[in-house]
Amino acid sequence: MAKKKFVVGCFNDEAVLFPAVKKVRTAGYKIHDVYTPFAVHGLDHAIGLRETSLHTAGFIYGITGTTTALSCISWIFTKDWPLNIGGKPHFALPAWIPIMFELTVLFAAVGMVLTFCYLCQLAPFVKKHHFHPRATDDYFVMVIECTEKTNIEDLKAFLTNQGALETNFQIAEEGWWLGRYDKDEMPFENTEVVAA
Amino acid sequence: MHLKYESQLREPLVYGDKTYSKVTEDIVRPIEAKPTKLWYIGFYIAVALLMFGVYSVYREVTYGIGEWNLNKTVGWGWDITNFVWWVGIGHAGTLISAILLLFRQGWRTGVNRAAEAMTIFAVMCAGQFPIFHMGRVWMAFFVLPYPNSRGPLWVNFNSPLLWDVFAISTYFTVSLLFWYSGLLPDFATVRDRAFTKLRKRLYGIAAFGWTGSTKHWQRHESLSLVLAGLSTPLVLSVHTIVSFDFATSVIPGWHTTIFPPYFVAGAIFSGFAMVQTLMIIVRKVFAMEDYVTIGHIEAMNKVIVLTGSIVGIAYLTELFMGWYSQNKYEGYTFWYSRAYLFSPYGWSYWGMMACNVLSPQIFWFRKMRRNIFVTFFMSVIVNIGMWFERFVIIVTSLYRDYLPSSWSVYYSPSIWEIGFYAGTFGLFFTCFFLFAKYFPVIAIAEIKYVLKTTGEGYKNEMGNIEAQKLEEFVHEHAH
Repeated sequence: MAKKKFVVGCFNDEAVLFPAVKKVRTAGYKIHDVYTPFAVHGLDHAIGLRETSLHTAGFIYGITGTTTALSCISWIFTKDWPLNIGGKPHFALPAWIPIMFELTVLFAAVGMVLTFCYLCQLAPFVKKHHFHPRATDDYFVMVIECTEKTNIEDLKAFLTNQGALETNFQIAEEGWWLGRYDKDEMPFENTEVVAA
Repeated sequence: MHLKYESQLREPLVYGDKTYSKVTEDIVRPIEAKPTKLWYIGFYIAVALLMFGVYSVYREVTYGIGEWNLNKTVGWGWDITNFVWWVGIGHAGTLISAILLLFRQGWRTGVNRAAEAMTIFAVMCAGQFPIFHMGRVWMAFFVLPYPNSRGPLWVNFNSPLLWDVFAISTYFTVSLLFWYSGLLPDFATVRDRAFTKLRKRLYGIAAFGWTGSTKHWQRHESLSLVLAGLSTPLVLSVHTIVSFDFATSVIPGWHTTIFPPYFVAGAIFSGFAMVQTLMIIVRKVFAMEDYVTIGHIEAMNKVIVLTGSIVGIAYLTELFMGWYSQNKYEGYTFWYSRAYLFSPYGWSYWGMMACNVLSPQIFWFRKMRRNIFVTFFMSVIVNIGMWFERFVIIVTSLYRDYLPSSWSVYYSPSIWEIGFYAGTFGLFFTCFFLFAKYFPVIAIAEIKYVLKTTGEGYKNEMGNIEAQKLEEFVHEHAH
């Protein structure tokens, strides 16, 4: 993946961050992402992200589970091996409700977690560029993507004006690659190792 | 400037004047420090118990379940008692993390991580009992429905024992996923603070490359909410299905329609008691009194007194129905085998009544709810009582049923059956000690999320602003 230029501004209060996000967007800069230590409600809308459809996927996985359970059990008990259990009906729907329910939940949960990991590209041994190590501690790290026209010094000053405690300029590769967090060197500095 | 506001009347959930980095510091500190001597002692005791359990299981697998003193009449003894007991304990974690999330109970953030861990370990322990009770444990995979060369001979989908297989395995999987997805951001926090290479590497693998991106958080929120919505009926279904193991049979004392709600209430009751036992130790050992506050303990005690009373009503209803049905087998089971103190197992019934129904009533008093020693003592008592409950249900119904010729002699477990139970304690505490040392025992990101509304420092600040505003208001409108 190509390297890009970013200007990074670090905030330590979400109450300062929100107006800053608004100002930065009105000024016409492109916010690449904001990295936060916890889920800041409303920030997704503030930076212009659309609502996630993950729950819709969860619903589809869920009904897949229900139909899997119903179709498998009814085929097994009415067609494949109709077992006579005390002369009771072969198609014993009420007795299947527990398993149908459990499979609904199981399919929905497993499917959603896998989809979540796929969409966010999260997996063991996956390594990503971290713009600031304190983004998982107490900093709200706003990352702005630079174009050819962007004046980096101006942008830094602009962010400082908006309340950023720390600003810097980074050339980084977005996306992910396979790597280890105990290795300090970044693969994008060494063209041979790039996996992404 | 603050984004949210919470009434000053509410107790803070986080004591002390904390900042975000202080929260990280406080919770990650035990992970970065060397384990204490006390930790090693506790850990080795747990491992020793586990080893004894492994040996007991080895005896059982080699010689069969006769090694447990089970007989044809009492075919379920300590093992199934322990199974139901552990599954019950495993209910608090998901209840706290799922149902209380949907009910927007802010206090869940302090205890959910440890409670979920406890749930997972308890379900792991519970699973051992039915598996080894099969006797020929190497054929345990026969419970799975898969096309096989035996016909294919399928499992019986109409049997509550099979529902249990699905319920417990689903519950374990979903709880594990819920727990781990919540852990990802916190592992990333530990990773980014790590100052040794090994720690950076291991937590780097565990954190799955989490960065804290806004889009990821948005999806994470959606995932947590849907998993909570799924887990809520799931947690209720699991113990309902466990109760079906008994309720769909025709054994006097088992085939009652009251079982599902009564079992679920009992499960929540014992689960919260176990959370209390563990959290009181954890908050003390890791100095986390600011995060697991006396308010948290009080809230859980309220749940304990409520569910304990529900269970009490269920016991009385059963006794009433034993008389009202005028069925002599029911009457014999409830009024002789259980409620008559001098019947062979009468002691277990009255032990259950004393521990589960009478003693938790002490929590109607606020002072008692907020007393750490009383709470700790009561949490142990409640779990002893809940063990008695399962023992009463299983053994007193089985040892004397319809035919006096099939009545059994007095059933008492062998040392290997007790050893198996001790072994699951070993497994549980081995896992819990490892968790307490290597995992963030409190959900860091979630505490940070509620910090500015419910943290003591922020609440005080907000209170000052409020008081000032009032003065201004009075001043302006005085004439």
